[in-house]
Amino acid sequence: MAQPFMKKDDDDEEADYSPFLGIEKGAVLQEARVFNDPQLDPRRCSQVITKLLYLLNQGETFTKTEATEVFFAVTKLFQSRDIGLRRMVYLMIKEISPSADEVIIVTSSLMKDMNSKTDMYRANAIRVLCRITDGTLLTQIERYLKQAIVDKNPVVASAALVSGIHLLQTNPEIVKRWSNEVQEAVQSRAALVQFHALAVLHQIRQNDRLAVSKLVTSLTRGSVRSPLAQCLLIRYTSQVIHESAGNSQTGERPFFDYLESCLRHKAEMVILEAARAITELNGVTSRELTPAITVLQLFLSSSKPVLRFAAVRTLNKVAMTHPMAVTNCNIDMESLISDQNRSIATLAITTLLKTGNESSVDRLMKQITNFMSDIADEFKIVVVEAIRSLCLKFPLKYRSLMNFLSNILREEGGFEYKKAIIDSIVILIRDIPEAKESGLLHLCEFIEDCEFTYLSTQILHFLGIEGPKTSDPSKYIRYIYNRVHLENATVRASAVSTLAKFGAMVESLKPRIFVLLRRCLFDSDDEVRDRATLYLNTLGCDDSEVETSASANEFLFGSLEVPLANLETSLKNYEPSDESFDINSVPKEIKSQPLAEKKAPGKKPTAGLAAPPSGPATTVDAYERLLSSIAEFSSFGKLFKSSAPVELTEAGTEYAVNVVKHIFDSHVLFQYNCTNTIPEVLLENVAVIVDSSDAEEFSEVASKPLRSLPYDSPGQTFVAFEKPDGVPAVGKFSNMLKFIVKEVDLPTGEAEEDGVEDEYQLEDLEVVAADYMLKVGVSNFRNAWESMGADFERVDEYGLGSRESLTEAMNAVIDLLGMQPCEGTEVVPSNSRSHSCLLSGVYIGNVKVLVRLSFGIDGQRDVAMKLAVRSEDESVSDAIHEIVASG
Amino acid sequence: MELCPSVKNVLLLDSEGNRIAAKYYCDDWPTNSAKEAFEKAVFTKTQKTNARTEAEIAMIENNVVVYKFVQNLHFFVTGGEDENELILATVVQGFSDAVGILLSTCSRGQVDKREALENLDLILMCLDEIVDGGIILETDPNVIAGKIASQSLDAGGPLSEQTISQALATAREHLTRSLLK
Repeated sequence: MAQPFMKKDDDDEEADYSPFLGIEKGAVLQEARVFNDPQLDPRRCSQVITKLLYLLNQGETFTKTEATEVFFAVTKLFQSRDIGLRRMVYLMIKEISPSADEVIIVTSSLMKDMNSKTDMYRANAIRVLCRITDGTLLTQIERYLKQAIVDKNPVVASAALVSGIHLLQTNPEIVKRWSNEVQEAVQSRAALVQFHALAVLHQIRQNDRLAVSKLVTSLTRGSVRSPLAQCLLIRYTSQVIHESAGNSQTGERPFFDYLESCLRHKAEMVILEAARAITELNGVTSRELTPAITVLQLFLSSSKPVLRFAAVRTLNKVAMTHPMAVTNCNIDMESLISDQNRSIATLAITTLLKTGNESSVDRLMKQITNFMSDIADEFKIVVVEAIRSLCLKFPLKYRSLMNFLSNILREEGGFEYKKAIIDSIVILIRDIPEAKESGLLHLCEFIEDCEFTYLSTQILHFLGIEGPKTSDPSKYIRYIYNRVHLENATVRASAVSTLAKFGAMVESLKPRIFVLLRRCLFDSDDEVRDRATLYLNTLGCDDSEVETSASANEFLFGSLEVPLANLETSLKNYEPSDESFDINSVPKEIKSQPLAEKKAPGKKPTAGLAAPPSGPATTVDAYERLLSSIAEFSSFGKLFKSSAPVELTEAGTEYAVNVVKHIFDSHVLFQYNCTNTIPEVLLENVAVIVDSSDAEEFSEVASKPLRSLPYDSPGQTFVAFEKPDGVPAVGKFSNMLKFIVKEVDLPTGEAEEDGVEDEYQLEDLEVVAADYMLKVGVSNFRNAWESMGADFERVDEYGLGSRESLTEAMNAVIDLLGMQPCEGTEVVPSNSRSHSCLLSGVYIGNVKVLVRLSFGIDGQRDVAMKLAVRSEDESVSDAIHEIVASG
Repeated sequence: MELCPSVKNVLLLDSEGNRIAAKYYCDDWPTNSAKEAFEKAVFTKTQKTNARTEAEIAMIENNVVVYKFVQNLHFFVTGGEDENELILATVVQGFSDAVGILLSTCSRGQVDKREALENLDLILMCLDEIVDGGIILETDPNVIAGKIASQSLDAGGPLSEQTISQALATAREHLTRSLLK
């Protein structure tokens, strides 16, 4: 028989030499017969087990019969007294994980080993037995396990404790009885025993907050020596801090001294754990952060990559919420840009981009340019995203950032990377008007040499929307028309559409566009020719003097009235028949998800190219279209603002309802988005009964109930109120969902004839001053402030009383006003005792408002605020002060 | 809530990314092909780095992977996204050092792939002694190697009466004999 283990020629140096070369499951299973020999050869048996384990480890599987046979054969090996072989037997049994009736065969052998004098037998037998056992057997061996936990040999104690951790998942009530022994083990001098014991003890008590708190209190006084146990204790401590946060608003944070003392521990893993715990505390103050940042800064220059990575990763996270706290590390961080480990370098770059101030942007960009060429695409994407948010923070720096983006756009890169750059440029064009023309030109240059059809067509579409609105639309025509010559059919077709858009929107270009479109009539591709013909005819090429009619424009370039996703589903459900597809049957409801995305700042803007021209605008557009399609509300005039959805039910209840507040000049419309989460029920005649007795200025004028609300298919019902024209009336409304419930027979999905009327109490809803304010940013606040003039400036000072921090006070005011913070001023530098914040917005009646807030905080945490408002209307400036004064 | 530091997997690959030994402790990679795909991703991402003097680190599929190379042996330890990197580093250090100690006492005394395969039983026991079901069992390479070496001794003296180096010396002799047969 081939005996690969015997091969020992040293000259056999070929790279893929393996003692397991040509190994085959069937043959090894045959070999396993040696386990049955009356005269056991331990060495031989060990080798066979190794081969079996090798097979399993390589992903080979045994059938049930094979596994059973191997298991029974292996149990014979308990006869041998060879320790090495016994060890392999343990491994094999764990690997096979026998079924309950098979376990009985080895139980007595393992129990014998559990009581052996040899520590190794005891430790391993405990681990094996606990792995394969079930509850009934456990009670039999419980006594031995309890003993083992306090065994003087740490290996045995650890084996029992770790088994306890696993058993807690399946048999918690048994493990809970070991509390006394475990508590004794926590005091063990052996590091790992202490660690394991602490883990068990905490899990036993985890549902009892008081007990956990007591545990932490007693242990933080210092009897824990093992670094791993110390890490565990830090985690428990921050959990206790987190849970107690609600109870004590003022004064010292409990256990903070302990966390701080861990920063001076001699084991680096403990220091890191403590530093991280501190940075993740709820509402951590800059004073609390300082010592943690200091140790992390030291780690940044460590020779160990793991340590550098851990530190820069933590600081990167801190920079998201407290950028000023991290600025001290910037010099160390800059030296990490050239770090061998690209993950570290990328984290350093993105941290620097977050903490950088306006003046350091140019220098930083220079460093990044060198760095970009030698990192992988996935890291580049991270950097591009960081640069995008930096640009939005410092709009004045758009020139150098836009240049950077266009430079990297020219370099080599994969699709995802290019797409990230294009998305960023599109977002910058959208949010920074000054960047529009240069950005569009960069995009034009890119499509001159773009290998990705998808990106080309997306950019052409975007050009068609934005290009005609620029000062000199004609300069884009050349780039677009070049596509018609040089590209594949898909790109050619979208170039034709883009040309037509220019023709339709820019009257002066029309004759020349027609010349170009006529040339496309001879294209080799159907779609391109068809589009050219369609556009030429609808835009009126025969009589170029005729103004393109609005209806043709709307037909060609207007957006669909229904959300694309809904149209797609409806089309999929449509079965070909005599009846043609009716687009009016497509639901117009918009899933509330995109809204949530829009409202979450800092999240990756997913819109990008996919939804040009702008994410927020499209949702408003969508609402506007939805509402104007409903006859009852079409007379309300122009929609001023739609709020983010406010949840009126708790998560996981039978009916999920949220509300969007639509504000009009003299009306307020509540759109209740309802979802029925019970499959067995169909709701009909769903309406919300609103009690507006606490909102005196409002009177209900209309409501639109929902005819039916099937399971998991959201629907809306509306209630409209009249209010004094142009007045920012506020008030509180209580809501009651009213409906008829019908039971649904699940297999057939048919609802019963008769229903029962029912009601469901929803949470209250408030219309507040912020609802009358649109968040609209300005790119250069100073210019805007100066040009607004001081005619209607109103300045006043307010005392805000005792506050947790400047940030907290500032955010409260921002939320109250519902305005857009500008130029990154919503971030309060650490340790500062005063701060200024710039806000901008548009108040109902389309009045631009700019606000300068200056805060100061004293030793008693009393916050004072100076509020300066400039607006286009005197009464609005006063109204802003009123909001703050009454808030 | 899981607060205990935990290990998702421990891998030992060769310099071409083939699995020598691997142990998975969580259900993130349910099938063998999922496991192999992860190993491939880990290998290709780390291949060009120099993780010989100090352990290196990377984020792969939202996991923290700490790794160390010795000759043509690539050691990896994977933990969750928020795991303490230094704890994982101790585990990978313990694993690679313990394997180093064990293999250097074997027949050829080389710490490389061939020796690892020829002594796969030691490697598997080593894995078994380091992590148990995701919970870190022991990280001190000398203790780990000691436990395994002592397995091969006759049941004679308990471990406490011998020093580790003595245990290893006996182990070496014993293992050499077993391999020469």
